[in-house]
Amino acid sequence: MKLRRRATPAVERRAPAAAPLPRRLVIVPAFNEQGSVGGVIEEIRRADPKLEVVVVDDGSGDRTAEVARAHGAHVVSLPFNLGIGAAVQTGFLYALANGFDLAVQVDADGQHDPSELPKLFAPLEAGEADLVIGSRFAGESDFRSSFVRRLGIRLFALTVSAIARRRLTDTTSGFRAVSRRGIVLFAADYPHDYPEVEATVMVVKHRLRVREVPVRMRERAAGHSSITALRAVYYIFKVLLALFVELFRPRKTPLEDA
Amino acid sequence: MTPLRVSIIASVAAVVMLGVIFELIRRRHLRERYALIWVITGVVLLTLALWREGLNTLAGWVGVKTYPPSIIFAALLFFMLILVLHFSIVLSRLSDQNVTLAQKLALLETRLREREQADKGADG
Repeated sequence: MKLRRRATPAVERRAPAAAPLPRRLVIVPAFNEQGSVGGVIEEIRRADPKLEVVVVDDGSGDRTAEVARAHGAHVVSLPFNLGIGAAVQTGFLYALANGFDLAVQVDADGQHDPSELPKLFAPLEAGEADLVIGSRFAGESDFRSSFVRRLGIRLFALTVSAIARRRLTDTTSGFRAVSRRGIVLFAADYPHDYPEVEATVMVVKHRLRVREVPVRMRERAAGHSSITALRAVYYIFKVLLALFVELFRPRKTPLEDA
Repeated sequence: MTPLRVSIIASVAAVVMLGVIFELIRRRHLRERYALIWVITGVVLLTLALWREGLNTLAGWVGVKTYPPSIIFAALLFFMLILVLHFSIVLSRLSDQNVTLAQKLALLETRLREREQADKGADG
């Protein structure tokens, strides 16, 4: 894969910082989140004014894109709803095309607290990891959820831990950050729906380093979980099938540094 | 032995099917690429319908003793399954391509908009 940084990308206007500082992008996938996306962008700014934000508007029917633009975020508007996986991947494609070094995903519904971002970036900036997952269970957390959801989350965590041969507690968390290598990997290939678990396994399979950091998550500010009972069944089936099939794929070679 | 009437009706049906496929290709409503399985299906059905001793022999191999034409149904079902599977594969590929197209379009749009804004800022 050819990756050339453009000499002066348009997005660099807002961040004329010194060269050695890693350029960090916050990817905010949003589908009909006009009520919360503006607040999330402001919170990200408050957490770190140097962060650039790209909102991937996943075919929203409301004013998500306008609100995000009014709050100073870059906006990529998909022509129709592609689902969370493809939306997040669009963010990684944006990060790749515009030469970002680190990217983090923050949901537009407000459940991810941007003040936790430094924790996610720290292992990446220290060069100790390629994927950092903000875990609701790795320590300080009072995450509450229905029994079935917790069961599914546990099941995935156990399965992925077995594949990765190390303990991971929260493989479904969407609050995660990646290095440049992670950006390259996810821009090229990212699972389509319910992508987090598979993406974690992909990272392991590419022999990139995964790290979990404990984070606190909030109740969503608006909207509700996309996971209903019937979808939960599909979710579990889809992920387990994908993980099972993945076991029979050849081991990937480590990605070149881009 | 296969009843003669079954053979005739099955042959006519297979010929009509092949004719429809031919016509669809001729009008460019069906791509040759996707027509391949249909043509094979039609030819196999026609062969089974016309080649009456063959059908009996085949039925004998499979262990069907009472009613040899049921082999025709079995063959039909088999090809239908392959066709449907083929469609699922094509659909998966199409939706993947669709996603890539949508992403590229959206990213280009963003780039264009931000460039235009930058230009406007430079002019003003």
